[in-house]
Amino acid sequence: MRARLAGFSLERPGTLDEALGMLAASKERLTLLAGGTDLYVYLNAGVARPGRWLDLWGLDELRGIHEVGDHVVLGALTTYTELRASELVRGALPLLAQAAATVGAVAIQNRGTLGGNIANGSPAGDSLPPLLAYDAEIGLRSARGRRFVPFDRFYTGYRASVAAPDELIEQIRIPLGAGSGSRACRFVKVGTRAAQAISKVVAAFVLGRGADGSIDHCRAAFGSVAPTPVRLRRLEQHVIGKRIDPALIRTSSDVLLSEIAPIDDIRSTARYRRFVARTAWQRFMEEIPGH
Amino acid sequence: MSEEGELTTIRCTIDGRPHEHRCHPLASALDFLRYVAGLTATKEGCKEGECGACAITLDGVVVNSCVVPAAHLQGRRVGTVEGLSRPDELSALQKAFLECGGAQCGICTPGMLVTGARLLEEGERLTEARIREHMAGNLCRCTGYGKIVESLLRASEEER
Repeated sequence: MRARLAGFSLERPGTLDEALGMLAASKERLTLLAGGTDLYVYLNAGVARPGRWLDLWGLDELRGIHEVGDHVVLGALTTYTELRASELVRGALPLLAQAAATVGAVAIQNRGTLGGNIANGSPAGDSLPPLLAYDAEIGLRSARGRRFVPFDRFYTGYRASVAAPDELIEQIRIPLGAGSGSRACRFVKVGTRAAQAISKVVAAFVLGRGADGSIDHCRAAFGSVAPTPVRLRRLEQHVIGKRIDPALIRTSSDVLLSEIAPIDDIRSTARYRRFVARTAWQRFMEEIPGH
Repeated sequence: MSEEGELTTIRCTIDGRPHEHRCHPLASALDFLRYVAGLTATKEGCKEGECGACAITLDGVVVNSCVVPAAHLQGRRVGTVEGLSRPDELSALQKAFLECGGAQCGICTPGMLVTGARLLEEGERLTEARIREHMAGNLCRCTGYGKIVESLLRASEEER
């Protein structure tokens, strides 16, 4: 069946400046369209918000993966296929490359974008825990200028963010070295099947240790355990300065469980999600070599 | 303006032939093909990008046409299952699907063929693991996938 499109219109700017001008001039909040893999699910189901849509897909200024100074800069329109194929991403940001490989399957990876995953704001977005674990910053752009927001302060609630109505996501900036070197890291996705499944729990961990074996860096980020993707700061602080041993694995797991708030929904239960989140963390810690 | 809102003219090639049609820019590429261009070989399955039945290629890239706006076809090369064979001869992949029982009810088949043909074009020697990974976004409720994987393996051998 055809979707009903009365009340919907599409603006197709040719340049980023033109798009920013349209955003600045619009009295209503425009719906930003990139690859369409999320928005068309809503549109086809008849639950998309009518009004003016702004098509970003043609804006080449929002594409590309580059090393700039001591950062990796990812254009908002970078697709999962591009993330998987990039030597830079695979080398410096392996968790992001792994996450990209688990999103949907080939046809979705060819169209879905990193900026779109962030803007859609699903707590289950697979690329989001790696971005938290890598201390990513979101580059927001408007006709007023450009600003960077740390990703762990980007969401203000369920599918709500600090982005103003006239702003779009221009780029994602990640410090080089956030995920490389001697640090242990792991991406975990638990879903009903490997492909085409929305996560029941998704997680990204990065852990570094000093010469004496004590933990000097830790990021533990989860999706699908709270209204937004979350970094477990109390868990991270709990392990800093300590060595990995069975006692730490046990006590840190208790901190983890106190810090997440999963729900029952069509994909899973709160109880299962708590079990899986704890197990993912325990296995990560247990399997770090030489602890 | 019409009941369907503001229309635009979409110009593209579909399976090598030029097309020009008026439609809403936010109509899905799937609806554009089936209801506007009248090309019904591409099938509608889930309409949420999950099942792959509506897979087409856009400048050679596999996409699910139900989640692509018609506006994104503008000036592009669209490939559907109808472009895989010549009028008098099936492609190696289509023959393999017939020989191996890769098609049963047929709803997933156009998407399977389009997605599979793209993999064969890469020209590498296919393994079962590579096929299963590439085809993971195409769901079949009849075959259990074994026969589809077998079809791709046979076509891959035929083409070498």
